[in-house]
Amino acid sequence: MAGKTKDEILYDHNHDGIDRRGFLKCMAWAGTGTLCLMQGGVLKSFALNRPGDPGPAVAKGELSFVQISDSHMGFNKPANTDVAGTLQAAVDKINGLATPPEFLLHTGDISHLSRAEQFDNVDQILKSTGKQTFFVPGEHDVLDDDGKQFRERYAKNSKGAGWYSFDQKGVHFVGLVNVMNLKAGGLGSLGHDQLEWLEDDVKHLKSSTPIVVFAHIPLWTVYPEWGWGTEDSAQALGYLKKFGSVTVLNGHIHQTMQKVEGNVTFHTAASTAFPQPEPGKAPSPGPMTVPTDQLRSYLGITNVNYVEGHGALAVVDSKLG
Amino acid sequence: MRMRVCIASLAVSILFAAILFAGGKGSTVNAQQAPPAIEVKIDNFSFGPAAITVPVGTTVTWTNRDDIPHTVVSDDKVFKSKVLDTEEQFSYTFSRPGTYPYFCSVHPKMTGKVIVQ
Repeated sequence: MAGKTKDEILYDHNHDGIDRRGFLKCMAWAGTGTLCLMQGGVLKSFALNRPGDPGPAVAKGELSFVQISDSHMGFNKPANTDVAGTLQAAVDKINGLATPPEFLLHTGDISHLSRAEQFDNVDQILKSTGKQTFFVPGEHDVLDDDGKQFRERYAKNSKGAGWYSFDQKGVHFVGLVNVMNLKAGGLGSLGHDQLEWLEDDVKHLKSSTPIVVFAHIPLWTVYPEWGWGTEDSAQALGYLKKFGSVTVLNGHIHQTMQKVEGNVTFHTAASTAFPQPEPGKAPSPGPMTVPTDQLRSYLGITNVNYVEGHGALAVVDSKLG
Repeated sequence: MRMRVCIASLAVSILFAAILFAGGKGSTVNAQQAPPAIEVKIDNFSFGPAAITVPVGTTVTWTNRDDIPHTVVSDDKVFKSKVLDTEEQFSYTFSRPGTYPYFCSVHPKMTGKVIVQ
């Protein structure tokens, strides 16, 4: 990572009290997926379409895994008429990594319309990684059936609407569902039952346990006008205050954003299907059509400065070389 | 001469009345044959028009013109569409007066209202 300062994420704190973790050097990235390395309880993420992945020297973490998101299988509009092809490209990147990941996380919108053949198609494409994939649902995965099909396929042993936790090499992973029972005018929602479960799930863990929380809609307020936030996420994060390292991985907004706030690092992943506009930069958050030959490079390139309230909520400057 | 004017005048009056009657009758018949209907379009993650006022018996049809699926769901569960992909439609006939707020359950920031009088 040394000598690649152009790839580093810069945090603009604007004197708003947001703590910068100087040791965190998250690599800026763009494209079809993220390689995450846990080293000493600190998560570092790498672009999969950078020239070469971190390599064995850097990759001697305790745990590595890959996050992909928003494959929207079944989408066929001009923004991307071949979402199977771009998901396959993501899988090819994963399979080409010098350090194979332990497993994959998919942060939702697996399908576009919750149809069986769309889930089947994604399963088939991901199969070639040979890795287990942990899923949480996006709103497109729970259409018309309240997530019944999703849970039968991907979350058989989960609680409630499909939430669960697991441990890997000393890291505690929590998959949350914030796309169900949404209220008119509102944001993403975890709900009372899930929050109670979360409180109970983490209360016995040592505060030194690294925590990774993954959910579809961002668990921080990115842009409420477009519903890019979760109304009761503050309560969930409150249960995680005692932990020294909390990493929150989300999708939904089809662009990368990062934010560090105290002990919590937030990431949103790019879609493998199509980009969405920067907050407020278009009449709606609908699919953004870019020239076909630029699509793959455009995914994830978008960087956002969103200012909320008195200062910069989170500013991440991520650039490709 | 005067009589002729009177007759002509009467004839015109009768004709006028007949036209009025026919016109009135005609519109009544039309109303019975074609109950009121109104269209709401879904564009750019919003309902347009977002608020409508309609008479009892009106059928409202929503058409999704976005590249992303949406739903039309009454806040009070009076009506609920299946997911609407691009160009798909949902219709509901309002048989009782009242105010019916609704939203897209996939994108709950999208809200609308039907006032039935």
